[in-house]
Order: sequence, then structure tokens, then C-alpha cells
Amino acid sequence: MKNHLHILFKILPKIFLPSVLLISYLPAVQADELNIFACEPEWGALASELGGDDVNVFTATTAQQDPHHIQARPSLIAKMRRADLVICTGSGLEVGWLPLLLRQSGNSQVQPGQPGYFETTKYVTTLDKPQVLDRSEGDVHPGGNPHIQTDPHNISKVADALLPVLQQLDNDHKDAYGQRARDFQNRWQTAITGWETKAAPLRGVHIVVHHKSWVYLEQWLGLINVTTLEPKPGVPASAGYLSDVLKQLQSQPAKMIIHAAYQNDRADQWLSNKTGIPTIALPFTVGGNPQAQDLFSLYDDTIERLLVALNHG
Amino acid sequence: MNISLMSLRPFALLTVSAISTLSATAVHAADSVNDFNPAIGLILNGTLGSFSQEPDDYAISGFPLSGESEPGAQGFALGESELNISANIDPDWLGQMTVALGDETEVENAYVETSPASGLKLRAGRFFSGIGYLNEQHAHTWDFADTALAYRALLGTQYKDDGLQLRWLAPTELYTEVGIEWFNGSSFPAGGSDNDGLGSWAMYIHTGGDIGVSSSWRAGLSYLNGDADERESGDEVAPDLFSGTSKVYIADFVWKWSPNGNAYDQSFKLQGEYLLSDNDGDFTPDGGTALSYNAKPSGWYLQGVYQFTHGWRVGLRHDQLDADLDDITFANTALDSLSHTPERSSIMLDYNNSEFSRLRLQYNRDESQPQVDDQFVLQYTMSLGAHGAHTF
Repeated sequence: MKNHLHILFKILPKIFLPSVLLISYLPAVQADELNIFACEPEWGALASELGGDDVNVFTATTAQQDPHHIQARPSLIAKMRRADLVICTGSGLEVGWLPLLLRQSGNSQVQPGQPGYFETTKYVTTLDKPQVLDRSEGDVHPGGNPHIQTDPHNISKVADALLPVLQQLDNDHKDAYGQRARDFQNRWQTAITGWETKAAPLRGVHIVVHHKSWVYLEQWLGLINVTTLEPKPGVPASAGYLSDVLKQLQSQPAKMIIHAAYQNDRADQWLSNKTGIPTIALPFTVGGNPQAQDLFSLYDDTIERLLVALNHG
Repeated sequence: MNISLMSLRPFALLTVSAISTLSATAVHAADSVNDFNPAIGLILNGTLGSFSQEPDDYAISGFPLSGESEPGAQGFALGESELNISANIDPDWLGQMTVALGDETEVENAYVETSPASGLKLRAGRFFSGIGYLNEQHAHTWDFADTALAYRALLGTQYKDDGLQLRWLAPTELYTEVGIEWFNGSSFPAGGSDNDGLGSWAMYIHTGGDIGVSSSWRAGLSYLNGDADERESGDEVAPDLFSGTSKVYIADFVWKWSPNGNAYDQSFKLQGEYLLSDNDGDFTPDGGTALSYNAKPSGWYLQGVYQFTHGWRVGLRHDQLDADLDDITFANTALDSLSHTPERSSIMLDYNNSEFSRLRLQYNRDESQPQVDDQFVLQYTMSLGAHGAHTF
């Protein structure tokens, strides 16, 4: 074993430099498509809506993963190395992994400040901007709550901002992007009107949330957040905190307890058993459940589940 | 935990309000002077240790050890606090410095880095070599309180030196990174003053990817060539000397798993490395005569760390070394292996209240020497301020 390894290591230095030089002189593969690296599924889905066949979209995370806590894996570094455009949420959501990917990728096109780096929270009005920045407050985001994709009006604003970036990076297909964007916005506005009509009974309904993932949904539909199952953002509930929440709900009832597909629902289930308030898992993003396959069905399914919970709660 | 947070909060608020009062009086000055301040982070770490053998007398049978190889300290001890300062310098350069503050102050890392072309990165200054897996990781990111025995015995704990590094990430689907480095050669296993300031060089290749959505891996092969000219080892006052070359070969791998790739509640990490050192030269024990030293000592470790619920992890590790030397000529020197196979088994449990704080309890059954050393360590590692993301 040792001798074999030793021989391998003896040979390695001799083939190392020549092979590196050879690989680096191989002509770079010129793909026609724009390579897009999307940090979260909603932005991957939006890029596909606007980019169609002109883009090749890679989504770094799934709806079953917590976008706050992702490993800067080798596969993600390799993908970012080849990206023409990086679309992420920003506002500190990806602070634990994105800066490392950007740095390790050695890809100058997608660094912050370049046209190939796009942060969606820059183009909407964020809520919950903290007054005090202190880690004793848990996972606070200096730029405000990053979970903007739970309001479809935000998707629309991001689409408007993304179009000129796609057109700049892939000028040959400028008109095709423009056409797809117009088509998307038409269908999207119609869909929003439909969702708002359907969701009218949800206005003023009291809810409990697992994490502050839904502030934009609450603002959009007029839901009222009574309390949160995390005492501070990102800090799991202790037994003492949960019994306080239980007391609060006895005097101030709510209609449903909401969590995202990727979140552990142990605390939600405990509270649901104690209070009889139904708990629901919303997809949160594209792929969060089998029904939420694209941006349209994401909202169809979200509103459907909220209405079902309202009628049974 | 709630109680401690509650009691800390008034302090935090007080500090913040004091700062805002201060800054309110000098808003314009602050805007112009402090805007480009670098990111500053501090790692605090302390230990409570119990060793059945005296840590100062620590040795590994058959291996010459560099100065920084003690296994820890008896009783309460402040570990090295790490101060990190980093910032972009201009559109093309960034700089970073890490200073280890203990009873002695030491510049751990101080380098500048640039990306001259696609996938290429150039780094100059003092830095941990990119060889192996553990070598580049700062102590606060280790999964155990101490490093692998093979690193302690063959790389002086961690190979760090002054030099130049060139890394290139291939534009391939599979993550493939190659690196080459040139160093002054002042650190173990290189060392000595007369190597013309270009005493060691290294190269490596790392590759990695995903297996489905739940698993990911990285593996690598590395080579370090170090020239030694009267390199000191063993006792600092009365050192042994080595002149010759040490070539170190490393094979490393790491595999991580979490359900659906969501490591919030549950995750597993398996990691292992094999190191082989090829030495050719003369070893002069303190007060003795030069002895021809041609041997290939080697070592490996394998460790697994399992997070069984949010914040709680348990880890097992085994280390083993082979001095490749059982020669009567080295009797009564540091290279006398005493026909003993150095090994160590470890178990650790840690609790992470957040990604910024960790408490750890670890037990080692350390048989670096024939007599067993039972080592217990209770450790805290906390991170204040700016804290860079951890590498894979």
C-alpha cells in the first residue's frame, strides 16, 4: 500500500505541470446559452421565465434546504466558476456561503459591482430593517428581511430589474428577452389579480409563524402575525418560550401556524396539539412541494393551503 | 441560556447607545474617515485540561518534533486568541491578516491576493499551505480540540511559511483546483538559515462534487518538498539538528452528508488523510554525532463527526503513526521508536449555541509514547465581529 502510493507520488510531480498547462490552453467551450447561477429556486424560476432557451439555469439550493445555512461545496464553486450571471437574494441571507463561493470561484465577471452580479433585495422595499445591529438579537439582517419572494409584486419588480441585465449580458438575444418579459408580466399581473380576489377572506386573519419568513406575504394579503415560534430570528424555541406562546394564544387566538417546507415542525406540532390550531407547511419557494412547480403554481398552492386551513381552523 | 442572554442584553444596548451618542457628535468625520475600515473579527478560546502525563514532556516515539507540538496545557489556560483583519484593497487586490495573540504574539497569516485571469489566483505573504485538507484550516474550525497526530509529527502541526501561491480552478463540471507554492523554507519540516530563502515548494490537486442532493465530497493529492539545513527539533534550548530533504506526500478526502442537503438539524462528516514523509539527510542529536537518517515515516487518521440534533455534535477519531525506523543507532535519541506504534483515539462532544459559539468536551487516549496519556479537554471557542464563511 505504502509503496504503491509512493510510486504514484513519484510520478505525480512529473505529469503535474505539463497537464495543468495543457488543460489551461484547451479552447474554452463556447456555449451559446447564458450560464446563470441562481442562489434560490425562486430566482432560478424567474430567470427561466425571462431567459427561456437562451439561458442555462443552475439553482444552488432546493426548497428543502435552509438558505441561511448552506455549505460552500466544491460543486457550487465549480458552477460559479462558469457562470455569466449570479442571481441571489442578498440582504445577508447568503452571508454564510456566498462570499466564499464568489472568492473561490476566481470568476471576475460575477463579483459584486459587475453586471454579472445581481441581488434581488436591492430592487424592492425591504421590511424589518433592524434598529440595532447586535448578535444578541439572533440572525438579524442589516438590509432588512430577505424573504421577499412571498409577495408576487416583489417578483414583478425583480423581473423589471433583471431584464436589462440579461439584455446587456446577451445582447444578441435582446428582443427575445424583452418579448418573454412582456409576456411574463402580462400573465403575472393577471395571476396576481386572481390571487388577490381568491385570498380576500384571508384579510385580517391572525396567524402564528415559525420564523419571520412571511412578512411580505402578511403585508400583501393582510394577514396578522400574532407571534413567532423563534424567540429571536434563527434561535430555536425553548420549552419555556413555547409555554409563553401557548399562554398568549389562549388569550389571543390564531387561525393557523405556518412554517416553510424546509423547517423542522416539531415546535409547530406541539403547539398545534395543545391549542387545536392547524399547522400548515407552505412551499415557501418553487419545489417546496409537488404542487409548487413554477412561480405561478407556487402562489396558487400557497393561497390554496391558506384557504383550506382557514376553513378548517 | 435565556437567562444569560437576558443579563447580557442591557450591556449590549448600553454599548450601542454609547456608540451612537459618540458618533452623533462627529457624523461627518466618521463618514469620511471610517467608511473604509476593514472587517475585524476576533476568536476567543480557552481550555481546561487534564493530562495524566506532563504535557511539557510530550514526545512521539521515533519522530523529531518541532517546537509547537505540545498537546495542550494542564489546568485552566487561555488558548490563542485570533485577531482577523481583512478588506478589499482596490478593485484587484484584497488583503488579510490573522494574528495569534497568546503569551507570545505571532503573525499566523498576512497576505495579499489577486485574481489576474479567469480562475487564477495569486497570493503573496505568509499563509497556510493549501496541501492536504486540515493544513489550511484555522484552529478554531477544527472538529477536535487538537490536530491530527500525523500533522503534528510530519508537518509541525500545520505547514505555514512566507512565500507565493498560484492556484487555478479549472472551468470543468467537476470541481478541480490545482495549486503550486514556493516558500522561504523556514518552517518544519523544512528549516534552517542557509537555504537561500527558497527552501521549499509544494503542489496539489483537489477535486470534489456532489453525490445526489444529500452528499458531497472533496479529495486531494499533495506534495511538499522541504530543504532543511540544521533544522532544529525537540528541546528548544538543546535542539537536535537535521540537514537534508523532507518530502511529504498527502492523500486526503472528506465526505459530508445531511438529509436533503439541509444540515440545520442533522449532518455527518467523514474525513481522513494519509501522510508519508521521505527523509534523506543527517540527524545530529544534541551533544551527539551526525547519524545518517533515511526513512519514510508515515501516519493516518480517520474521523467522523455526527450532528444528532441542532447544535449538538459527537465525534470519533483514530490516529496512527509508523516511524519506519527500528535501528539501534538511534537508541536514546528522539528517533528511537522504542518498537512502539504511536496511536491515539479520541471522542468529543460539542454544543454550538449559534454558529458563533461552541463549547467542547474531548477525551484522548494518547499513546504517542509507550506510556498511556489520558487527556481531557474542556474548551470554548467564540467568534466576535466579522466572521468569514468557513470553507468546505
